[in-house]
Amino acid sequence: MNPTQGGLADALVATRRFFTRAQISPDRRAMYRTGGREADVFYRDRWSHDKVVRSTHGVNCTGSCSWKVYVKDGIITWEAQQTDYPSVGPDRPEYEPRGCPRGAAFSWYTYSPTRVRYPYVRGVLLELYREARARTGDPVAAWAEIVEDPERARRYKSARGKGGLVRATWEEAAELVAAAHVHTVKAYGPDRVAGFSPIPAMSMVSFAAGSRFVSLLGGTMLSFYDWYADLPVASPQVFGDQTDVPESGDWWDAGYLIMWGSNVPVTRTPDAHWMTEARYRGQKVIAVAPDYADNVKFADEWLPARPGTDGALAMAMGHVILREFFVDRQVPYFTDYVSRHTDLPFLVRLDPCGEANKPGKFLTEADLDREPTEHAAFKTVLLDAATGGPVVPGGSLGFRYGEQGAGRWNLDLGDVTPLLTLAGEQAESVEVRLPRFDGPGHLWRGVPARRVDGHLVTTVHDLMLAQYGVHRPGLPGVWPGGYDDPDQPYTPAWQEPITGVPAATAARIGREFADNAEQTRGRSMIIMGAGANHWFHADTIYRAFLALTTLTGCQGVNGGGWAHYVGQEKCRPVTGWSQLAFALDWTRPPRQMIQTAYWYLHTDQFRYDQFGADTFSYTNSTGSLAGRTVADLIAQSARLGWMPSYPTFDRNPLDLADEADAAGRDPADHVVDELTAGRLRFACEDPDVPQNFPRVLSVWRANLLGSSGKGNEYFLKHLLGTDHSLRADETPPAARPQDVVWHDQAPVGKLDLLLSLDFRMTSTTIYSDVVLPAATWYEKHDLSTTDMHPFVHSFNPAIAPPWQTRTDWAAFQTIAESFSALAAEHLGVRRDVVATALLHDTPDELATPHGVVRDWKRGECDPVPGLTMPRLTVVERDYPALGAHMSALGPLTEKLGAATKGVTFRLGDEVEYLRQHNGTIRGGPADGRPSLVRDVHACEAILALSGTTNGALATQGFTTLEQRTGTPLADLAAEHAGTRITFADTQNAPVPVITSPEWSGSESGGRRYSPFTINVERRKPWHTLTGRQHFYLDHDWMAEMGEGLPVFRPPLDMTALFGEPEIGTTGALGVAVRYLTPHSKWSIHSEYQDNLFMLSLSRGGPSIWMSTRDAEKIGVADNDWIEAVNRNGVVVARAVVSHRMPEGTVYMYHAQDRLIDVPLTETTGRRGGIHNSLTRLLVKPSHLIGGYAQLSFAFNYLGPTGNQRDEITVIRRRAQEVTY
Amino acid sequence: MKIMAQMAMVMNLDKCIGCHTCSVTCKQAWTNRSGVEYVWFNNVETRPGQGYPRTYEDQDRWRGGWTLNARGRLRLRGGGRLRKLLTIFSNPKLPALDDYYEPWTYDYDTLISAPAQQHTPVARPRSLISGKPTGITWSANWDDDLGGAPELARHDPLLRGIEDKVRFEFEQTFMFYLPRICEHCLNPSCAASCPSGAIYKRSEDGIVLVDQDRCRGWRMCVSGCPYKKVYFNHRTGKAEKCTFCFPRVEVGIPTVCAETCVGRLRYIGLVLYDADRVLAAASTPDEHDLLDAQRDLLLDPTDPHVRREAERAGIPHDWLDAAARSPVHALINTYRVALPLHPEYRTMPMVWYIPPLSPVVDVVRDTGHDGEHHTTLFAAIDALRIPVDYLARLFTAGDPEPVNQVLRRLAAMRSYLRDINLGREPDESIPDAVGMTGEELYDLYRLLALAKYDERY
Repeated sequence: MNPTQGGLADALVATRRFFTRAQISPDRRAMYRTGGREADVFYRDRWSHDKVVRSTHGVNCTGSCSWKVYVKDGIITWEAQQTDYPSVGPDRPEYEPRGCPRGAAFSWYTYSPTRVRYPYVRGVLLELYREARARTGDPVAAWAEIVEDPERARRYKSARGKGGLVRATWEEAAELVAAAHVHTVKAYGPDRVAGFSPIPAMSMVSFAAGSRFVSLLGGTMLSFYDWYADLPVASPQVFGDQTDVPESGDWWDAGYLIMWGSNVPVTRTPDAHWMTEARYRGQKVIAVAPDYADNVKFADEWLPARPGTDGALAMAMGHVILREFFVDRQVPYFTDYVSRHTDLPFLVRLDPCGEANKPGKFLTEADLDREPTEHAAFKTVLLDAATGGPVVPGGSLGFRYGEQGAGRWNLDLGDVTPLLTLAGEQAESVEVRLPRFDGPGHLWRGVPARRVDGHLVTTVHDLMLAQYGVHRPGLPGVWPGGYDDPDQPYTPAWQEPITGVPAATAARIGREFADNAEQTRGRSMIIMGAGANHWFHADTIYRAFLALTTLTGCQGVNGGGWAHYVGQEKCRPVTGWSQLAFALDWTRPPRQMIQTAYWYLHTDQFRYDQFGADTFSYTNSTGSLAGRTVADLIAQSARLGWMPSYPTFDRNPLDLADEADAAGRDPADHVVDELTAGRLRFACEDPDVPQNFPRVLSVWRANLLGSSGKGNEYFLKHLLGTDHSLRADETPPAARPQDVVWHDQAPVGKLDLLLSLDFRMTSTTIYSDVVLPAATWYEKHDLSTTDMHPFVHSFNPAIAPPWQTRTDWAAFQTIAESFSALAAEHLGVRRDVVATALLHDTPDELATPHGVVRDWKRGECDPVPGLTMPRLTVVERDYPALGAHMSALGPLTEKLGAATKGVTFRLGDEVEYLRQHNGTIRGGPADGRPSLVRDVHACEAILALSGTTNGALATQGFTTLEQRTGTPLADLAAEHAGTRITFADTQNAPVPVITSPEWSGSESGGRRYSPFTINVERRKPWHTLTGRQHFYLDHDWMAEMGEGLPVFRPPLDMTALFGEPEIGTTGALGVAVRYLTPHSKWSIHSEYQDNLFMLSLSRGGPSIWMSTRDAEKIGVADNDWIEAVNRNGVVVARAVVSHRMPEGTVYMYHAQDRLIDVPLTETTGRRGGIHNSLTRLLVKPSHLIGGYAQLSFAFNYLGPTGNQRDEITVIRRRAQEVTY
Repeated sequence: MKIMAQMAMVMNLDKCIGCHTCSVTCKQAWTNRSGVEYVWFNNVETRPGQGYPRTYEDQDRWRGGWTLNARGRLRLRGGGRLRKLLTIFSNPKLPALDDYYEPWTYDYDTLISAPAQQHTPVARPRSLISGKPTGITWSANWDDDLGGAPELARHDPLLRGIEDKVRFEFEQTFMFYLPRICEHCLNPSCAASCPSGAIYKRSEDGIVLVDQDRCRGWRMCVSGCPYKKVYFNHRTGKAEKCTFCFPRVEVGIPTVCAETCVGRLRYIGLVLYDADRVLAAASTPDEHDLLDAQRDLLLDPTDPHVRREAERAGIPHDWLDAAARSPVHALINTYRVALPLHPEYRTMPMVWYIPPLSPVVDVVRDTGHDGEHHTTLFAAIDALRIPVDYLARLFTAGDPEPVNQVLRRLAAMRSYLRDINLGREPDESIPDAVGMTGEELYDLYRLLALAKYDERY
């Protein structure tokens, strides 16, 4: 027995035996006491609560995690994750407990001092408005007076962002907002009104609230997926699909996993466990990241490719795969896969080009010496291995539309074995010239070719081998000598100096990836993310990635393929949601705009380009972009109907209809007449003239000015007309646009009204003219889904919206009612000429045979609406009824049904169901319609009108689709034919969705969702030209860009483009570095970056991460204040110095707003900027292509990306005394 | 023999993604109130790094935990009760607020209420202690994700003596996360340090609590705890600490930190131990033997003798069943993959850790060997990106061998399961090489990878 202390202490302890009733252990170490548990009561009280409510967090986060919100005494106390997700099987992990620290900190906002509790209006504006309102007695007249008076307008616009918000009542604020809308519609046109809210999937009703209002009005909803640069343009290019990806539970099925530019623990926090757990199943995990990111910790190997060079690494891996698995040896699984599911066997014409040839257009049935069938120019051709003769297999775009294609739009090849390569006795060896961008010159490579009906052709497969530099004997050209050849693209040794990844490693990882795919029949996966996708040339990076997953037969296989997770976030019940969100139940078509082009023009960023559009062309292209600017191309894209453009014309579209009526002309004919006569112009050809300004912008669930707005300072100057830190030079005269009017004086303060609805203060609310107090995610009903899991679940109010806050649904109803009241006098019923772009998944895709560009303005064709120019539709706007229409489901739902991805659903029964379920509106303009008065009604409508949540519709949709494909599909939904998911179901627990033609993956039998499994297993074509996954794109502009095939393009050279210093140079102003804005550990975009918990766990304010070496160069120690300056703006932040960062690159994590601990800058004396103050928009011309097969517009499906990673900045240590 | 039951936890660091959800949910539930703004019952440290509070593991400085005196007897490193009584009014071994961090907030209301002014309104930081504007120089998690960083990590006490093995260069970067709560020790030095006898260990489940009525705020517990997991509420003047969420655990719900752990890496379970042998175990002379001493202290809940003694000690039958199916016991003593945090503090801590394996293969990538093959994996462990010596300093008083054994078992599990995953015949030589059967390795895989809710808790 060992006494514990000995000596006196021991004696004291021993003695206490006599003074206490407690029992002391023989070794005198422990004392046992009974009773006395009253002291526990504090913690028991702390834990006790009255109820637990299911809810979640609503925007811009892929999580879609279900949460338990604890409520005590009517106060939200805290939250914790739900753990009641239905099991995904006994042999795999579960989805519980999804969540992250950001979501766990959400309830802080409820009662925080940054909570917006009441309506606010900019004081100077409210004063002007009250005065004019009182004097005129008319809100609309009052608004018109203020905004049309330059001096009064300047007064309130220049005050934006500088405090001075004052309280107003809801009634007054809504009236002011309504007056602004009415005046704008009347004076300028409804397309001068815009709305912005992103990513509906995580709170569908909240998104739909505003978009429904904007759409009913005829206003413009701005896209978000392309705007955020989250849209991988490679997806429409390759798959003909916006983006479709596996749920995270499918990572488990992979045998080999590459995390490529995706920091899974930080950006997919609730899903990361699937990766860590799958390792235990023997999955090999690779991380490609420029820094030692959080995910690198879990990887078996780390490939620290330099920022923006990932495409080079992928091309080298593709080189190895093509060499070892397609040429040196053939793998039956791969060969079968690419023959059926890709364009590799299809024939491409070779066009003369100097002494060599270049790849031209796909050979189509129209090129053959035979009687052409319907849409022959869209029926691509391959050779049958058995006969050597040309075959026109079903499944291409020509079979998708028209009568002859019915039952033949499928991937059945019958007895045909497609010939992958033309190499053989009949082949000619032809030299082709191919683009390269790693240095000057071209690639000279040879392909085997044949003549088919007089056309010299080769296969895409042969072109791929040439492009990747995989030599076969007997072919002419300049080829790599082997993997260790550093000079010839695309060998492993070639990529090493570009990426920094050793050649042997690149080769081995490529080999392992394919080897695993061979052994597992396609279970190799690449998780790819913003690190690779946010570059100007990200589409080329992604196409190089997708070549890896497609060549190895991984797409459409559980556990395989691409897993792109940046911003997509599946709105699973998409059909019902889009009915509500775009008011398709009352009017069609809605106005939907590519937001990147919108702001590129309307914040005048186009006025600061220093180069022509052909800067991005392949040096030996046809020169069709020469002498033109990006703004010129935007204008061309708009007038050809490729991309939408709003405001559309330099005239009010309501007036256009009136003019046509007056002239007794069809409005579309009238517009064409006016355009050809030159009396009418597209607004994008003169964005700086006042009648073409965007006038009213509503932002909800979003933070445009503190987060997503690339070129933030351009917004402040030109859009808002307030203080800014823009330092860039305007475009010199020689480089200015041709087709777009240049005004010597750039306008400032284009926008008349910025309205925001939020529960917290952001840069957007700070700069807004009107701020309306929104309910939080714990104070409303709504629905949530995501890519990441297969469930639909609900928001429910833990408390009623406190103070004067309102749900988005209620807020926009209020605005709509105010609007209708004013509209009765000022607007009445009007007709609106709506111009829309040629749409994907409709016959519009057939507008441009062979992707040959023809411009009516240049006399190359006639202007024909819906074919060579935008589609023109006349829509009746019953403005006085708008408020009533908001709150009721309109008649077009049953009259026209709803089309999703080319499948039309008949919804009559469901409308009747909703009439019963939600109740029926009595009286007024919506008499007899199903009610959408409450947010719960909207939830029910979304669920009832979608296949994923209504088994009857899923079955109906598949049955419809079967008529086109001629293959069985309806059985996929048969197990749920009678299942109807109601809102009550989602309140009870997350509910798995139903397999539906709205998406490309099958979940039948409880399997995990993986995209394109229906395509692969059921031979349903992809929505592309060939109906297969595309390696080759034959549009004129793709050739112009040199991007017909996968290719490596390095990051933009900002020194050449804008005269910024070269990366790595150190001068008096500091060190020049690559400036990246990756997603943050402590926020979901700008949300939570102001949250006290997140700030306490991080650095407590704005910070920029830099390498130890760069910090040394400018004498910066950890936590020193630094200033980052480039032509776009100025940022002040603290330095975080770590050796985990690569030299020459800094991170300012997205999205640090200017509201928390941001001092004044030394450079300008103004408030420091946000992370996007150093960036600006750069539009890639090829993203503007439209009207051709998969390269056709759809909202958030295709459009120029708001990329931001090619930027650089100069950083220096600044005075450590800061002022605010 | 005096059998007692103890609630214990295992955290699998190989799965920890460092997200801090545990910290936030814990703080929201328990310490989101004035007086404890700086307190995180649960925190997550990036290692290498200084931890929270800074350098708490430097017991030369803080003198927490137990030590053996010249006669081999266990004594508090900071001195016995008598010394505590003598120094009760000036406790020099107490971390100051700076060592934690000075909590702050911001002038958020300015964002709404600012009058019309020259500049954009901004919320400046303001100390929650002084109420004055402040500059932020340290936080609850300052060295997050740094991977050390030369300026800061040289203060990491665990790097002393192995500086040559850790280079803060880009190519050599490594880091991992260490989530920490109160250890609910079998031999709690906080309790032994309390002059008021206010800290008690619950006899039924071993949870260590501060009696809020008896606490006199002497803060000797703060000094005595080598993990610095007892905190001083500067408003109430009382000590507070992690309660193992007893109001939840009592009704069969896991702790907040465990249930909200998004990495699904926390296991909670009951273990049985012999209270009579705690002192002897804690007095084990050689620090390297403390791990086994602590393992031995935990009794086999399926042993009939143990069950009889336990029932005699009044432990209910369903508790015995719980102990028998305890994942914690399985990970500690069946699979022997969990290790205690700093056994050399001799407090017999009851939160155990599975050390991180990854990343492992990159060190052998240039050797030309198949990185997935288990023999290569075993060889690689010696050259891990995370130095085994560093892990040993956390979990085994510096002895690399037990850490090696755990990592070899994890590597073997991956290798063995890869064959199964790819539909190949499993290679029984793999489990054999780490002293396990294929079935055991498979069961370990189930527990670590599938980790179903009702098997974690």
